[in-house]
Amino acid sequence: MAAIEVRGLVKRYGELQAVAGIDLTVLEGEVFALLGPNGAGKTTTVEILEGYRERTSGDVSVLGYDPGDAPREFRERIGIVLQETSVEQELTVAEALDIYGAIYPRRRATGELIELVGLTDKRDERVKTLSGGQRRRLELALGIVGDPDLIFLDEPTTGFDPSARRQAWTVIENLRSLGKTILLTTHYMDEAQHLSDRVAVIARGHIIAAGSPETIGGRADAKTMIRFKVAGVALDSLPLVPVRIDEGYVEIESGDPTRDLYTLTRWAMDNEIQLEDLVVNRPSLEDIYLQLTDDEVTA
Amino acid sequence: MTGRPSPLRLLRIQTVYQSKLFWRNPVSAFFTLAFPVMIFVVFSLVFGNERIPYLDITIAQYYAPSLAVFAAVSATYTNLAITTSYQRDLGILKRIRGTPLPAWIYMGGKIVSATYIALIGIVIMVGVGVAFYGLNLYGRTLPAAILTFLVGSFTFSALGLFISAVAPSGQAATAVANATLLPLAFFSGIFIVPAEDSPTWLRLVGDVFPLKHFNDAFFAAFDPQRTDAAFEWGHLAYMVLWGVIAAALAIRWFTWEPTAAGSTTRRRRASRVSA
Ligand SMILES: Nc1ncnc2c1ncn2[C@@H]1O[C@H](COP(=O)(O)OP(=O)(O)OP(=O)(O)O)[C@@H](O)[C@H]1O
Ligand SMILES: [Mg+2]
Repeated sequence: MAAIEVRGLVKRYGELQAVAGIDLTVLEGEVFALLGPNGAGKTTTVEILEGYRERTSGDVSVLGYDPGDAPREFRERIGIVLQETSVEQELTVAEALDIYGAIYPRRRATGELIELVGLTDKRDERVKTLSGGQRRRLELALGIVGDPDLIFLDEPTTGFDPSARRQAWTVIENLRSLGKTILLTTHYMDEAQHLSDRVAVIARGHIIAAGSPETIGGRADAKTMIRFKVAGVALDSLPLVPVRIDEGYVEIESGDPTRDLYTLTRWAMDNEIQLEDLVVNRPSLEDIYLQLTDDEVTA
Repeated sequence: MTGRPSPLRLLRIQTVYQSKLFWRNPVSAFFTLAFPVMIFVVFSLVFGNERIPYLDITIAQYYAPSLAVFAAVSATYTNLAITTSYQRDLGILKRIRGTPLPAWIYMGGKIVSATYIALIGIVIMVGVGVAFYGLNLYGRTLPAAILTFLVGSFTFSALGLFISAVAPSGQAATAVANATLLPLAFFSGIFIVPAEDSPTWLRLVGDVFPLKHFNDAFFAAFDPQRTDAAFEWGHLAYMVLWGVIAAALAIRWFTWEPTAAGSTTRRRRASRVSA
């Protein structure tokens, strides 16, 4: 079953076409990440799916509803963490969760949520005294206070310190294991890699690539990169042909890293050569992402 | 599954929450509730408690109900216009819009809470009048006073929400609310006892806007010359008319998302916090 089904979605702001006809399917129970440069159209897309913005054209179905004209049930089943928002400064953390939680037919307990996002010692502090990252954590808690089936997270961990990000990931993984569907946007590729079942890259309103984080953009077929530095060796004596030599660093692309590494290290041992700073690397999601969005920009 | 919360329960929670926000902002609470009392005390110091000749009542008997009306209007009109607009700037209205809370319950909570604060303002004012300035109360006019208060609170709440619907930002709403209420208070007999021979244009301005009608209808309940129940149906009907039109336009034009003008408030706050 698809939780979100989008066909030919277009959104225009006057002259600007922010979303230029995208198709998107997010399955129930899936974690789906939208990636893309600033201004790509992620927030616009997400806010159309949340029912905040009207679309110019296209078909959209979210939990079986048209978000532009959805009944109260729809809002009872979704949870929203907006990119830019705030909570009443004068409420305490616990009060905010109580007040917003009371609106939903199903709700998660305030104490449990506070613990989940790591705000236990801020429970009775006013929102205005929280740090930016702590406030964002409260917003994450508010996004799931109604125990939603579908959760929209627009850059949920921007401003988090590394350990808070890990903690948020755990929260999101737990939601996933409860069978929730999650649509998130992020600028952190490690986050997308870690959390999502599938990702899509948007640039200038178009989806330019989609797939699992492991295979997107030909990542699965991409060659392994072997990189090292050698001193005082004629480079034509190398047993393999480098693709690039850059400030003394030699880069070799390999379709068969086991064999090539063996060749290389045997040659080094035989000739008593040190392979300094030896690194064996497969392209990360970030490499693929940069390549994809770079192509798009220079295209 | 605990089931959908009943509208009444939600309204109660929203009312308590809005009131909480009011009390936690001491500056606005002070201006709403203490400022009218201060004016009253100052007027009494300046004018003494003389009798106003042509009305044949004491200064306190006139100003206590007038400034009580002023407090009620501050608590409803000014308060709702400003807080609602700032809540929009900060993205709080947008957050509310993303929840299943029906809009009418959210607005209802605001109105009931503002009405409750207005009641506190009136009680303080009348209490000070009775305790220190010999203000006379009349049991037979109590129903009229209560009805007038309720109608006035509704009308001025609706007007406050109307201002928040048309003002592009919290700052703009603050300016509009103050720049309308203060001059009107002069034209409507709240700060100045209308002279017997006040110019026609001044009477006219007062007659057009609802504040004078609120003031006159409420004063009737404190007028020693009255012997009846003091229901001022004409004034009340005129206020209701204003209230209904304001409410309809507020509903028509209300937006939940920050405007371009308003979003600077949010940015400024955000940067102040992170600084
Ligand atoms: N309300 C609006 N009115 C006019 N233009 C808008 C509006 N909202 C967004 N845009 C424009 O639409 C484009 C897409 O914006 P959007 O916020 O969807 O990008 P995004 O992918 O979320 O970017 P970011 O990563 O910076 O959050 C941008 O060029 C932006 O300037
Ligand atoms: Mg965005």
